[in-house]
Amino acid sequence: MENVTMEEQLVYDRPESMASVQTHYCPGCTHGVAHRLVAEVIDEMGIKDNMIGVASVGCSVFAYNYFDFDFVQAPHGRAPAMATGVKRVLPHRFVMTYQGDGDLASIGMGEIVAAAARGENITVIFLNNANYGMTGGQMAPTTLPGQKTSSSPGGRDVEVAGFPIRTAEMLATLDGAGYVVRRSLHDPKNIRMAKKSIRLAFETQKHGLGFSLVELLSTCPTNWGLTPVQALKWVEDAMIPYYPIGDYKVNPALKELKI
Amino acid sequence: MPPQGRIEVRDNYCKGCEICVDACPQGVLELAPERLNIKGYHPVELIEQGCTGCGICAIVCPEAALIVYREVKSRSQ
Ligand SMILES: Cc1ncc(C[n+]2csc(CCOP(=O)(O)OP(=O)(O)O)c2C)c(N)n1
Ligand code: SF4
Ligand code: SF4
Ligand code: SF4
Ligand SMILES: [Mg+2]
Repeated sequence: MENVTMEEQLVYDRPESMASVQTHYCPGCTHGVAHRLVAEVIDEMGIKDNMIGVASVGCSVFAYNYFDFDFVQAPHGRAPAMATGVKRVLPHRFVMTYQGDGDLASIGMGEIVAAAARGENITVIFLNNANYGMTGGQMAPTTLPGQKTSSSPGGRDVEVAGFPIRTAEMLATLDGAGYVVRRSLHDPKNIRMAKKSIRLAFETQKHGLGFSLVELLSTCPTNWGLTPVQALKWVEDAMIPYYPIGDYKVNPALKELKI
Repeated sequence: MPPQGRIEVRDNYCKGCEICVDACPQGVLELAPERLNIKGYHPVELIEQGCTGCGICAIVCPEAALIVYREVKSRSQ
């Protein structure tokens, strides 16, 4: 006789690659979702002890406290340069930078362009929350036309401040780039897609296919003056139309991979 | 019958942001009105039966504060 009994299965628990500490992020800030996804991917690939993270300057400056693996911390915008050095000296380690839009697309724009052009075999997690979160919500290169920030109280005037930069699209034009995509963290479906892309970015590095970057549209409820749930909606309604979700560069070898 | 599940909340990680409350398809999550965690946030809790163990709350949680379980059939001879 066959007996059918019910048994409880674990569906989800905190990834091991996350340190057992509370973060300083504001309630509902999706920096935390990005951290979680990176940690889940590193657990699934079993590369925790082989990881070296490079933290940047911005709200994620303390990333080195929140992941349970080796980390260094770079001056503002210089994470790709530091990651280049680390990766060239230790080519068998997985090297990741974690950078905000102010860090990567403003003060560090030269560094990221040069690293992608050189085809450095590093993975960049790029959090675009359309402002300088840490310093009080000033306008960034990614701030949307008309968006009010603490340094553009009347809304970004493109006649004066120029147009926002679509980083993923721009970097994808460089021959050194192996994998460059944009994803969003505003709902479960998009979060799942983002995780898959983070996995592919690390696979790009594992297979030596060059520079990989995942741009993640992220919330800053505090500086946007919205509740966490309203901020997710703002990503969907305001950010995605300007920053479309998409694959901008995918090395053909990645399409053959069975994960 | 829909699948049965339950969640556990690691209270001290929760920041009461209500993203999971909004995302739960079954509407079975609320912030505990009379409890505070070590940081002074009202942590989320299951308020009634009906959790299916779908895991959506854990997918959207920025703090990795949730543990999700689901009941599955196990067959033995
Ligand atoms: C050389 C230097 N210039 C300026 C600053 C001030 N500063 C700190 S964080 C930051 C911007 C961070 O914005 P972003 O990278 O978008 O990160 P977020 O906080 O939004 O995640 C700036 C300008 C600094 N720390 N160092
Ligand atoms: S200021 Fe913005 S980006 Fe920084 S932790 Fe708070 S919500 Fe997140
Ligand atoms: S597992 Fe699904 S049904 Fe249960 S609390 Fe979470 S979101 Fe709601
Ligand atoms: S999403 Fe996470 S941090 Fe926010 S209320 Fe739910 S359990 Fe707490
Ligand atoms: Mg930012």
